[in-house]
Amino acid sequence: MINDIYREKEISGCGLSAYMDESGRRTSGDDIIQSIALLHDRSNGLGGGFAAYGIYPEFPDSYAFHLFYDDGASQVTCEELIHASFHIRESGPIATRKAFGIGPSPIIWRYFVDPKEEILERAGLSADDFVVREVMKINKTIEGAFVFSSGKNMGAFKAVGFPEDVGDFYRLDEYRAYMWVAHGRFPTNTPGWWGGAHPFTILDWAIVHNGEISSYGINKRYVEMFGYHCTMMTDTEVMAYLFDLLLRKHGLPIETACAILAPPFWDLIAHMPEEEKNYYTTLRMVYGSAMANGPFAIVLGSRDMMVALNDRVKLRPLVAARKGSIVYVSSEESGIREICPRPDTVWMPRTGEPVIARLQQEAAS
Amino acid sequence: MRFSYLEPEFLVERNLERCIRCQVCVRQCAFEAHRYDAASDVVTVDSSRCVGCLRCVTMCPTDALIVRQNPTTFKENANWTGRVIKNIYKQAETGGVLLTGMGNDRPYPIYWDHMVLNASQVTNPSIDPLREPMELKTYLGRKPERLDVSVKDGKISLNTKLAPQLELRMPVVFSALSYGAISFNASKALASAAYEFGTYYNTGEGGLHRDLYRYGERTIVQCASGRFGVHKDYLQAAAAIEIKIGQGAKPGIGGHLPGEKVSREVSRTRMIPEGSDALSPAPHHDIYSIEDLRQLIYALKEATRYEKPVSVKIAAVHNSAAIASGMVRAGADIIALDGIRGGTGAAPTTIRDNVGIPIELAIASVDQRLREEGIRHQASILAAGGFRSSSDVIKAIALGADAVYIGTSALVAMGCHLCQICYTGKCNWGIATQDPYLEKRLNPEIAKERLMNLLRAWEHEIKEMLGGMGINAIESLRGNRLHLRGVGLTDSELEILGILPAGR
Repeated sequence: MINDIYREKEISGCGLSAYMDESGRRTSGDDIIQSIALLHDRSNGLGGGFAAYGIYPEFPDSYAFHLFYDDGASQVTCEELIHASFHIRESGPIATRKAFGIGPSPIIWRYFVDPKEEILERAGLSADDFVVREVMKINKTIEGAFVFSSGKNMGAFKAVGFPEDVGDFYRLDEYRAYMWVAHGRFPTNTPGWWGGAHPFTILDWAIVHNGEISSYGINKRYVEMFGYHCTMMTDTEVMAYLFDLLLRKHGLPIETACAILAPPFWDLIAHMPEEEKNYYTTLRMVYGSAMANGPFAIVLGSRDMMVALNDRVKLRPLVAARKGSIVYVSSEESGIREICPRPDTVWMPRTGEPVIARLQQEAAS
Repeated sequence: MRFSYLEPEFLVERNLERCIRCQVCVRQCAFEAHRYDAASDVVTVDSSRCVGCLRCVTMCPTDALIVRQNPTTFKENANWTGRVIKNIYKQAETGGVLLTGMGNDRPYPIYWDHMVLNASQVTNPSIDPLREPMELKTYLGRKPERLDVSVKDGKISLNTKLAPQLELRMPVVFSALSYGAISFNASKALASAAYEFGTYYNTGEGGLHRDLYRYGERTIVQCASGRFGVHKDYLQAAAAIEIKIGQGAKPGIGGHLPGEKVSREVSRTRMIPEGSDALSPAPHHDIYSIEDLRQLIYALKEATRYEKPVSVKIAAVHNSAAIASGMVRAGADIIALDGIRGGTGAAPTTIRDNVGIPIELAIASVDQRLREEGIRHQASILAAGGFRSSSDVIKAIALGADAVYIGTSALVAMGCHLCQICYTGKCNWGIATQDPYLEKRLNPEIAKERLMNLLRAWEHEIKEMLGGMGINAIESLRGNRLHLRGVGLTDSELEILGILPAGR
């Protein structure tokens, strides 16, 4: 459990890169590492991380928990809790190799788990809601234990270090995914903490973020009304919960969720046709507390979708490109051209206009 | 009249070299502090009649007048201060309840002055409102927890219809100032300023004068315990209806309008006899509990076909948070909270000065409680009680208010000098009076302009402060307490306000 009110909100700059092959074809982590390595100067070695989708085809329907433990004691306590609520299909340490620049690591463990039916019934919750609750419980109450990934057939990998070294450390060249999301941090006010690196995940959602959310204080209080607890002291985490709330719990389409996070200005709304005006006005009235204000460029990954979004006045860089079935986004065009020298199209997404890539079908191989 | 032990509160000094004996002061003072003696061609002063409204000083063309606090003091005594002794003299002379006007003037802590705001530096750019959009638009009313949106053939359609809302150009509304307590011209100035600016004003419990119906769409009408002036057309004319349970200046008792101020027009508007005291009952006699409140809320909603939000206004008291929660569950669309510094036209001094809690603490605890109960979206919080500046407003928003009511600031904008004698009906500024001679001193057009100027000035300042925080929409500051820090507050105060101390 991390409890430090001095670091309520992280202030950081960053670099990000991501791509999705909409055809579902899976590739190794080599390309994404190469892309984010080019953006080396956008981070300062205090955190790097990746999210990869489609990497656990052998357990596609189990929740893959990735945990950091400070010590053996926290592992024992936490595993008691996991055992009580879940059937563990398989568990073991996540494979790593010695890598340049990666310091002493916590215990890093992986569990493939299924919630116990009878417990779900008693709790009266869907499996997803139950997992969210348990993850919150572990992160909030168990000293030294931290769940940093909890989705199905996907995983987050993160550490203190430069992102390319983190990729090397986690042996990402050995995983194959149809979507890769990478991030390098440049925090200015947080000491290195492995859990503090991006991406932030809950269930299948993974989010990386360059920016600072000035609305964090209210975004946090808003999601707390729905049972989310911000345990990682960063504004990025709250974005992950906002997406989970809007997309999964409120059942809103992704375009609507993006319009809530980065809505058009009232002046623009005033000139829209009646139906559209009513739609955006209502969104802003009802979801004003969910608006993300301040500079941001984010990439959100989920099982069948990759979404990139800029803030309302484009205060952080974001470039997108497409080559065949692959959609790329990056903080810099060079990050894309490094691994895809001649894309079909390259564009700068406008403020509040999401870049959305959708998975056509999952690859068999 | 019997001999009074009361020393004059003020001394009025006339510079005879400057005085041209034009007698402006004589004509301007409704309290007859100045008199002209034609035989000897001198203007004399009776300081004991002076209330300190400074009307004569302001109007004197040669700056010949100075009004100062009477420096005469009683023997120093920390317990038996001059104020205490004088109050006892007053009561010994009259046997009455001490009356006063305007808000609490006692030195309770003003928490606004112990909270500081944030600004962006380096990691997050501040936004320049002169060059970029800065949005203050605010909607008050009940919101659903979530929206139902469906997608068909790639087209998104919204299936939820919202409850009625009030749309504010910026989160400031003119507070309840009843016609009767204030003059028709003052009421008109407030109504027309709200109308033109794009906010709302509140009728208080004075009813709605027939000439003000045209501002109906920018009017919040009150339904108070006296039910003065409440009828079908009155409810229908308004944009919203407010049930007044209590008022910050006099929690626990009803409104007071001395008969001196019940003129013919006031009597028609309030539907009471001319010259009669309009004393509202302390409680609503049809509301003895929360379920009764629910009945009145829905009676009003039924009467207006659910087309108008219903606000419920209470004085901020010890259990405001729990009470507010009950009010939301009873169907209130807006919770209006009035703190201990809230103003009035007339209140017993002892109640004004000793009952209620500061609005800052009430906002913080109500907002927090409604969030904990997951019902914050069901009602907007409209805070009142001594908002003096744009920074007070923006801090209230950051604490969790949706908008604020301003009463005293609006009166001051029109010329009020806070002399606190509104209950006499002799307001020399033409604001808190029904005397036609005094009332015409307030030009409603000029007063409207002054009110709009005040709103525009605050709007500018709020935009600057908001932009400085790197925020370009007010909803991102609402309840965003991370942008506040406390200076010189105790741990408990910080905890209740939900803010960190400065430096952390």
